[in-house]
Amino acid sequence: MKSLIRSFAAILVAALGCLYLATYLNTSEGYSGSNTLTIYNWGDYVDPELLEKFQKETGITVIYQTFDSNEAMMTKIQQGGTTYDVAMPSEYAIDKMRQENLLLPLDQAKLPNLKHIDERFLDLGFDKGNKYSVPYFWGTVGVVFNPELVPEGLTFDSWDDLWDPRLGNSLMLVDGAREVIGFGLNSLGYSLNDTNEAHLQETLAKLQTLTPNVKAIVGDEIKMLLAGEEAAAGVVWSGDAAEIMDENDKLDYVIPKEGSNVWFDNMVIPRTASNLDGAHKFMNFMLDPANAAQNAEYVGYSTPNKDAIPLLPEEISSDERFYPPAQLTSRLEVYNNLGKRMLSHYNELFLEFKMHRK
Amino acid sequence: MPVRSRNFFLVPYMLWIILFVAAPIALIAYRSFFDVEGSLTLDNYARFFTPVYLRMTFSSFWYAFLITLFSLLIAYPAAWLLTRTKHKQLWLLLIILPTWINLLLKVYAFLGIFGTYGAINKFLEWIGIGTQQILFTDFSFVFVSVYIFIPFMILPIFNALEELNPSLVFAARDLGASAWTTFRRVVFPLTLDGVKAGCQAVFIPALSLFMITRLVAGNRVITLGTAIEQHFLVTQDWGMGSTIAVFLIIVMVLIMFAAGQRKAGSR
Repeated sequence: MKSLIRSFAAILVAALGCLYLATYLNTSEGYSGSNTLTIYNWGDYVDPELLEKFQKETGITVIYQTFDSNEAMMTKIQQGGTTYDVAMPSEYAIDKMRQENLLLPLDQAKLPNLKHIDERFLDLGFDKGNKYSVPYFWGTVGVVFNPELVPEGLTFDSWDDLWDPRLGNSLMLVDGAREVIGFGLNSLGYSLNDTNEAHLQETLAKLQTLTPNVKAIVGDEIKMLLAGEEAAAGVVWSGDAAEIMDENDKLDYVIPKEGSNVWFDNMVIPRTASNLDGAHKFMNFMLDPANAAQNAEYVGYSTPNKDAIPLLPEEISSDERFYPPAQLTSRLEVYNNLGKRMLSHYNELFLEFKMHRK
Repeated sequence: MPVRSRNFFLVPYMLWIILFVAAPIALIAYRSFFDVEGSLTLDNYARFFTPVYLRMTFSSFWYAFLITLFSLLIAYPAAWLLTRTKHKQLWLLLIILPTWINLLLKVYAFLGIFGTYGAINKFLEWIGIGTQQILFTDFSFVFVSVYIFIPFMILPIFNALEELNPSLVFAARDLGASAWTTFRRVVFPLTLDGVKAGCQAVFIPALSLFMITRLVAGNRVITLGTAIEQHFLVTQDWGMGSTIAVFLIIVMVLIMFAAGQRKAGSR
């Protein structure tokens, strides 16, 4: 009994020690002052030098916290108890957050740099008039492939190349219902927002004939696996593709010509914000062309800032894989919010595809 | 001690059970009667009995059965050997040790070991068999799951074997039973409770596995756990997710009941 009490006491002392240390470290780094800005972003999704520059320019202390999925981020904001001033959700999440009253409207007068954003990326379906969000980065869905492992003659400039019988068991797909059903629909010439039941069933039947080529359907690990040459090709987001090619420069990325998805990550102010002025300052700072260019160079995603593109190194701005020419961008579509019932149906079709055995 | 104060001491436990056992189950059951738009319906249950979910149920049970079977086949001899070793506590510790490492880390390690350029394939190449696809197969899924669950099977069996009175075994042998007969008629029936406890500890969590199905099996194995995860995180169709969870709870209760029933009957 005595030793039991002693060990409990030891644990208690250790825990209190950790708590004290944490508060001590926080105050010594200035995390407790009132002039702070909490940014809630994806991991490694901003150039840390820019955060320092922002701190120097404004005197606001930046606290950078990360999330790894839109759903996790929404749940945290929904539960409250947090003071995120700026968050970077994807476009479909903005739609949901707006409907659930998790966002505060932006004061566009405080965002003069919004004029630098390409009109193609403003006033989109998920946020008409950019009342709640400004675009941060954008990208596409396409095919990453390893020319050494792929049979000759396959370029993946058509989705149908994925169905090539020589690719047996050497494809990886990202584990997303919208992405997989989406390219299935695209390969048949339908819109990736199609809700026609006959079209969806036709897509499912076509996708099921892809099963022999599919080695695995995985999440974030797809980056590690494709860079490690575990498969010859994979369907991924362009952002992941940039990271994969950064690690293994043999690989290449292509957006098939039938069309694909275009996605956005955007800056928003969640309901939990406490430093509204600082949040607007930060957004405006990130919209500045020079800063946007520096950030795009660091992160490797495509910037929506049209005045930042000339400031980028030639090899980045002329890369059609990440800044596709106009005739291709016109065939890219944003995911519309199909409603919960349709989304659920998409997921059931996706489950059915996953369950289809060779 | 007067009855009233004894009841008073029960209050924290009752509160615990109500808050953390009864309430969540009731909430899940309640949720399962609502569709995505939040209106009262029995649709979710009708949907469960469609081919998609029934096939998923079948595959969940099949893989959980395989995992339990292989765990048992490995764990029983291992537990028996453990009772015969000198430093029992040390060996037991070594078996429990892997459970101290985060599950996700262990699974990620297997991605490296089983990969096309991983340790196993290097070895196969070296002995002349050549590179095989190990990752993203049924084999790798069952193997990793068995690896993860095996401590939970060994422990109850080990305890049951420890409690077994060795003089019973000696008596059987003295009376002329062969080693196999002794095992079949004396040792195994007396350790059956440990086996049952182990099977429950493995089969029930194996039914709702989800992380491993994606990481090691590359979503080639789809279980009910995967579907629950998707409905809660991706589709936000909490009603359907809850319906599957309710179904799993019912099955688990039935399994516990069936296991308990036989024990009561044999006495």
